[in-house]
Amino acid sequence: MSALMRPFWQLVRRDVSLAWKDGGAIGVALGFYLMVVTLLPLGIGPDLALLTRIAPGVLWVALLLAALLSLARMFETDLEDGSLEVLATGPLPLVAIAAAKSLAHWITTGLPLTVLAPVLGLLLNLPPEGYGVLVASMLAGTPAVSFVGAVGAALTLRTRRGGLLLALLMLPLFVPTLIFGIDTVREAILNSAAFWPAFLILSAISLTALVLAPIAAAAALRFQLQQ
Amino acid sequence: MQLVAEALTSIRGGRTLFSGLSFAVGAGEALVLTGPNGAGKTTLIRTIAGFLTPASGRFRLEPGDAEHSLGEQCHYVGHLNAIKSGLSVEENAAFWCGFLGGMPSRIQPALAAFGLTGLRDIPAAYLSAGQKRRLGLSRLLLAERPLWLLDEPTVSLDRASQEMLTGAMEGHLAAGGLVVVATHTPLALSQSRELRLGGATSEPARPA
Amino acid sequence: MQTLTQSLANPTRFLALSARLLPWIAAASALVIAIGLGLVFTAPPDYQMGHTVKIMFVHVPAAWLSMFVYALIAVSSFGLLVFRHPLADVSAKAAAPLGAAFTFLALVTGMLWGKPMWGAFWVWDPRLTSVLLLFFLYLGLIALRSSIDEEALAAKLTATLSLVGIVILPVIKFSVDWNSLHQPASVMRLGAPTIHASLLWPLLVMAAGMTLLFAALHVKAMRNEILRRRVKALRAFAADAAGGLAGQAAG
Repeated sequence: MSALMRPFWQLVRRDVSLAWKDGGAIGVALGFYLMVVTLLPLGIGPDLALLTRIAPGVLWVALLLAALLSLARMFETDLEDGSLEVLATGPLPLVAIAAAKSLAHWITTGLPLTVLAPVLGLLLNLPPEGYGVLVASMLAGTPAVSFVGAVGAALTLRTRRGGLLLALLMLPLFVPTLIFGIDTVREAILNSAAFWPAFLILSAISLTALVLAPIAAAAALRFQLQQ
Repeated sequence: MQLVAEALTSIRGGRTLFSGLSFAVGAGEALVLTGPNGAGKTTLIRTIAGFLTPASGRFRLEPGDAEHSLGEQCHYVGHLNAIKSGLSVEENAAFWCGFLGGMPSRIQPALAAFGLTGLRDIPAAYLSAGQKRRLGLSRLLLAERPLWLLDEPTVSLDRASQEMLTGAMEGHLAAGGLVVVATHTPLALSQSRELRLGGATSEPARPA
Repeated sequence: MQTLTQSLANPTRFLALSARLLPWIAAASALVIAIGLGLVFTAPPDYQMGHTVKIMFVHVPAAWLSMFVYALIAVSSFGLLVFRHPLADVSAKAAAPLGAAFTFLALVTGMLWGKPMWGAFWVWDPRLTSVLLLFFLYLGLIALRSSIDEEALAAKLTATLSLVGIVILPVIKFSVDWNSLHQPASVMRLGAPTIHASLLWPLLVMAAGMTLLFAALHVKAMRNEILRRRVKALRAFAADAAGGLAGQAAG
């Protein structure tokens, strides 16, 4: 097991450093997040009470959309430059490779978006009780976004209209995380007892995704390599 | 150590590429796959590497390593180079060396063997096609694997670079390694046998 | 069940068997649906909802079928990936558009039922929302398959997606129900009408009839798919043979 951890972290580190050097990918996701959350009040109007009510929903939905932008590319470059095949001949099973790349995606997309979220909460008049919970809910929920998103990314490799298809596929798969993520924040703001169940279910979904999603992603990758 | 294949049959897209193919490659031997395009050379190599499953037949490395699949005991070099444009030459080599389980001390000799020492810090995006190919091939020397599977390794390589490759292959063979290489250009290897694909063994599969 | 699927595994035998059975299934479905519609139109109107409740007799079976067909696709996908059953992919490919159609029917009839009841066509009622998300799962299957040119790869990837979907479906259902419970602006719940015996029979008969309809359409679609693949294989074989002859003549 420990013999596998070293190449696992090497792969994670390589992907993180590539995304960091590229810079553009992380920047686009953050910029998109900022743009959506800014455009919405402009469109809806400065009704602060209304903005407060919809803030948790908007912040979560916009985060999903921003994360979707970089999901399509998760395996694309590795397939195109032949790295994926060589990775498959390495010591890591495909499941671990899928998990490593999902983790790298979370670090380079989910985490930065989570950090930006409370700042954007200011734009939406998020009440003070909401900020800590917002970050907590996103820390608990964004792993599911990256790991389940990896399944979609693996399925839509090399397909025409890959990004559009990915969005269509991901829509139903993201709904549980979305609903419980939003509800966690909303219930915490209302100081209701339903906060804990929502948060725990959100975390459970992420943990399950951490374990099961790489299996599906690896199966899809294996089929893609058979071409 | 030898690679043994028994009655390998591969059907792709309704076509039988090869059927009943059997061969053995011994230690220190190179099996050179020749034949026209579409004959199944790439398919055979990718099958041995573990990416494709044959329709029937078996192959194995003897003596086998129970802990590792055959794919994990080979170096696979396909048409693509598996290098990242965003990383430098040395960073690319360091990643594969570490990931494939080689000692870091092998990085510099591997780069030197393919004439890349002077390009160490250059981002791989700025390399020429031949230099990228050489960087991809340097992977062969970054970690120790008994079986080398090479698919058209000389593409984009000039004469001098081809000699670097054959030098590396000869070294590997001399140390008891095995090589299966598909190529259009003749490789001056001391111990090689030819296996020609795409003759009578290849035919379209009759529909059921 | 095992021997049945084994005996049907051969596409030729399936074609022969289905050719004999299909007219009977089609006739049975037409008959049962006719009986069902008769029962529907003679059933008493509901005390609260009047005659509009009768949309339920199409809506509810359509919703049942949308879930049943997805389960069928998941079982077929399992058969493809685990057992490599030769007809598994044909079954899954044929069923997806049919399942999507029944889901769409459930959505539309749900909306038509909802307008007189709630005053709006769509109120994010949890059950309709779940059906909508199921509809997206179907669309995803169809879209994924159509965007991959290599049939073997498309089969395996679509099978993977459908298995992922069947695992996520209960979670989606649970989360949508949770959402409607905790929404501050609580949605008017679509109460399940208390089923009187006089309403139960038309419902069951319509459900049986629509299931037979699906069976007939599914078998027909599978036959079409098998024949289409044969034509494709024959064309490829002919092209290869012609190419070989031309090669011999030239060389």
